[in-house]
Amino acid sequence: MAGESDAGVVEAQAGVNGYELIHAKSPVFYDLYDRKSELKFQTHYCPGCGHGIVHKLIAEALHDLGLQDKTIFVSPVGCSVFAYYYLDLGNVQAAHGRAPACATGLKRACPDKMVIAYQGDGDLAAIGTAEIVHAANRGENITCFFINNAIYGMTGGQMAPTTLVGQKSTTSPFGRRPSNEGFPLHVCELLATLQAPAYIERVALSDNKNIMRARRAVRKALELQRDGAGFSLVEILSPCPTIWNLDPVEARRWVAEKMIPEFPLNVFRDRKPEVAVANIPQRAVADVLEIAQTQESRTVGRHFHPFENLSFKIAGFGGQGVLLLGQLLTEMGMREGLDVSWLPSYGPEMRSGSAHCYVCLSKKRIGAPLVSHPDVLVAMNEPSLRKFAPEVPSEGLIFYNRNSLPTDIPQPQAPVVCVPASEIADGLGSAKAANVVMLGALLEATECLASATALSVLEDKVKKINLLEIDRRALEAGRRFIDQHAHDEAVTQPDGFAY
Amino acid sequence: MRQLCEGNVAVVKGAILAGCRAYYGYPITPASEIAEAAALYLPQVGGTFVQAESEVASINMVYGAAAAGVRAMTASSGPGLSLMQEGISYLAGAELPCVIVDVVRGGPGLGNIAPEQSDYFATVKGGGHGNYRNFVLAPASVQEMADLTVLAFDLADRYRNPAILLADGFTGQMIEPIDLEGYEISPVEKPWAVKGTPETRNNLLSSIYLETDELEAHVREMEAKYIRAQNVETRFELYQAEDAELLLVGFGIVSRVLRSAVDEARRQGLRVGLFRPISLWPFPSQALAKSAAKAEKVLVVELSNGQMVEDVRLALNGTVPVELYGRVGGNVPSVEEICEQLSGQRTVWA
Ligand SMILES: Cc1ncc(C[n+]2csc(CCOP(=O)(O)OP(=O)(O)O)c2C)c(N)n1
Ligand code: SF4
Repeated sequence: MAGESDAGVVEAQAGVNGYELIHAKSPVFYDLYDRKSELKFQTHYCPGCGHGIVHKLIAEALHDLGLQDKTIFVSPVGCSVFAYYYLDLGNVQAAHGRAPACATGLKRACPDKMVIAYQGDGDLAAIGTAEIVHAANRGENITCFFINNAIYGMTGGQMAPTTLVGQKSTTSPFGRRPSNEGFPLHVCELLATLQAPAYIERVALSDNKNIMRARRAVRKALELQRDGAGFSLVEILSPCPTIWNLDPVEARRWVAEKMIPEFPLNVFRDRKPEVAVANIPQRAVADVLEIAQTQESRTVGRHFHPFENLSFKIAGFGGQGVLLLGQLLTEMGMREGLDVSWLPSYGPEMRSGSAHCYVCLSKKRIGAPLVSHPDVLVAMNEPSLRKFAPEVPSEGLIFYNRNSLPTDIPQPQAPVVCVPASEIADGLGSAKAANVVMLGALLEATECLASATALSVLEDKVKKINLLEIDRRALEAGRRFIDQHAHDEAVTQPDGFAY
Repeated sequence: MRQLCEGNVAVVKGAILAGCRAYYGYPITPASEIAEAAALYLPQVGGTFVQAESEVASINMVYGAAAAGVRAMTASSGPGLSLMQEGISYLAGAELPCVIVDVVRGGPGLGNIAPEQSDYFATVKGGGHGNYRNFVLAPASVQEMADLTVLAFDLADRYRNPAILLADGFTGQMIEPIDLEGYEISPVEKPWAVKGTPETRNNLLSSIYLETDELEAHVREMEAKYIRAQNVETRFELYQAEDAELLLVGFGIVSRVLRSAVDEARRQGLRVGLFRPISLWPFPSQALAKSAAKAEKVLVVELSNGQMVEDVRLALNGTVPVELYGRVGGNVPSVEEICEQLSGQRTVWA
C-alpha cells in the first residue's frame, strides 16, 4: 500500500512507467460498485470525465493520509451525486447546492472528523452560492472540492454560472451573452475576498502536469483540514467531453485553451487565519436552565386569595414598565401557588409606542390567556385609560396613574382608583419605579396577592442594591397612598370590587 | 419545581433536556426568541448554535447534524418554513430525525406577525415534495412548548422522521409556569448515522433511488412506518366532552379560548365540550369520531380559513354536521366571541 513516502514515487513515475501504480484502485474505492444497479465494475461517468480523476485524487490522498475511517463525504446534486457508489467512506448525499450547509452540520457534530463537500459549478456557484460563501466566511473546518466544467452535466447541458462568454448550451443556444446572462463567475476570486478561508487554489485537469498540481492541492487541502486550519477550497477546471461534444483529448485541450484563460490557475489564499477562540464557560444543564434555582417554594406565608380567577390588563407607554409590572404579578401568583399566565401585547398593537399585557391568576387551570373584559385595568397613561376603560365591567376596578380622571371622558362603569404613581416615584428619585408604586397600591386596594410576596420577588429580580431600595420604598409608598386616601373623593372606594 | 418561562424559551429548555445540542436557525418574528435562547444556552452546555445565512441553510445544517446522529433542531415562522420545505423533504426521504418549530404568524406572503394557524396544510399535509409525512404536535401552553419538544425529539428518533412543533405567536410569546423536572429521556441507538468512524464507514444517507422499483420499495417502507405511527402515536385532550351536544374542536392557543368558552357555556347550562388534537399528524381521527358520536354538531375553530376542518370532516365522514369558525389575519377570537357563536348554534342543535 502506498504510504506517505511512496507518494513522491508515484508522482515521479507517473509519466514514465507508473502505469500500474497510477491505475491501481485505491482502497478508498469499493472493489465492486455494489450500490450501482448495473455494471458494478465500471463507473457511471462518461469516458474522459473529470469527476473520475478527482475522485481518484481524493481517494489516494485520503488513503495516503490514513484518513479513510475518519472521513465523511458529502455528495452534491449533479453528475457526482453517485460518488457514494465508489467511495468507501461515510457518505451523505445533500440537496442541490446545500453541501456546505450539510457539511457544517456534520462537522460541528464531529469536529475531529474529516468532512468533504464535493460540488459542481451549478451546485456551488448558482443555487448554492449563499451556502458556500457563508461556510467559507465562517471558516468552517471543511474541505470543498469544486468541479468547474462550465456546464450543467447531469441535466443535459444547460448553462452554468461558469459557462464561458459565447459558449453554447441548451439554455444559451446563441452562446452566453453577457448582456443577457452576465459574465462567468469566478468563485476562487470571490471567496478570496473573505477573511476566514485558509486555503483557496484553482487547478485544472488539462494535462498530466496540471493533474499533478491538482493532486498536490487536494492533498494539501485535506491536510489543512486535518490540522484544523479552517476552510479550504480547491476549484478544479474539469472536462465534460459529453456535453461539450468533444472527445476526451479535445476536451482536455479545451480546458487548457478556453477555460484556463478565463479562470487563471493560482493559489488565491494560503495562510492559517488568525481567529481568537473565545471559550465560553461550561455550566451544568440545571444551572443554565435555571431548574435548580426556581423560587416557587419561597412563598411568604399563606395568603388568602379572595377569587377564583382574576384577570388584569396593564397598559401604558413603552418604558413605563407595564410588561414588567405584569410579570411581577405573574411571578407572585406562581409563588403563591396559583396558575398564572402573562401575555404581552403583540403584533400590530405594539407599534404606537404603547404596550400592554394580560395577566391571569387562577385557582384552576387557565383557559384563554387573552381577556376582553379584564377584572382589573392598570392604566399607566391617559391613552390607555381612554382606550381600555370601557372594557372593564362594573364589578371590575381601574387603577389610573394620575390624581384625577380627565374631565372629558365619560365616567367608566367600573370604579377608578387614581394613584399618581409617576409623581410619587419622581418624589422617590426614580420615575422608573412608578410601576412598583402602582403595584403597592394595587395590592393594598385589592389584597389579591400578599405584599410580602412582592418583596420577595423584587429581592430576587432586582440585582442592584440601590434600585432594590427604591423599589422597596416605591412599594411602601403605593401602599401608604391607598391607606391615606381611603376616604378621599379622588380615590373611588374599591369596596365595590367583586372578585 | 415551577419556574416562569416564555413559550419560545421553553422550547429550547425542553430541547436541551431532551439532549439536543445542535441548533441552526435564522431569525424571524415571532420565533426569534427560540434562536436567542439557543444562542445563550447551548454554548454553555457544550452545544452548537449557528445563525445560518437563511432557513434554506439552517435546515440543511440540521440535515448534516442529524446525519451525524445528534439531536438537532431549528425554528422559524411561515416564510422561513416555506424555505425549509425542500430540506424537510430531503430529511424525510433520507429518514433523518430532527425537530422543526414553526411559530406560526399571519400569511400568505409577508402577512403579519400576529398569531395564525394557517401553516396547518404546510406542515400536516407535507409542504415539500414527494410522499412523506411530518409528525406535527400542537402545544397549547408554555409547559407543552417544552414537553412536546421533548416528545418531538423522541418521535423523530424512533421513527427516523422530521417532527414539527406547530405553535403560534401567542404560545411563543406567553409566559407561564413550567416544571422541567422528571423528563425521562431514552436515547435511541442510531447505527445508521455517518460519524466518520470505522463502524459507520459503510453507511450511506441519501434520498435518491434511481430505479423506479427501488424508490417504490423505499416509499412503501416509509408508508408502513407512517401507518404504525397512525395507530399508536395520536394524542388528544378532552374537556367536558362526554355528554357534549356541541363538540368544539380546536388546537393550540384556540383550544385555550375554547376551554374557557366551554366553562362559560356550561355555566349557562349548555352541554358543550372540547376535543383538542395534540398530534395534528397523526390526526386523532378515531378518537374524534368516538367523541363526536353522541354530539349533534361539531364546531371547528381555527386561526385559518379552514385547514384542520378538512381532517375533522374526513374523520367524521358525514356522521355529524361539521361547521367552521375561522379567524384570519392574526385575529384570535375572544371567549365572548365563541360564546356568541355557541348561542348562534344553539337553535340548530338544541
Ligand atoms: C432544487 C433543484 N433544482 C434543480 C435540480 C436539477 N439539477 C440537478 S443537477 C443540476 C445541475 C448540476 O450541474 P453541476 O453542479 O454543474 O454538476 P455536473 O452535473 O456538471 O457535475 C440541476 C440543475 C435539482 N436537483 N434540484
Ligand atoms: S456529463 Fe459531463 S460531467 Fe457528467 S459524467 Fe459525463 S462528462 Fe462527466
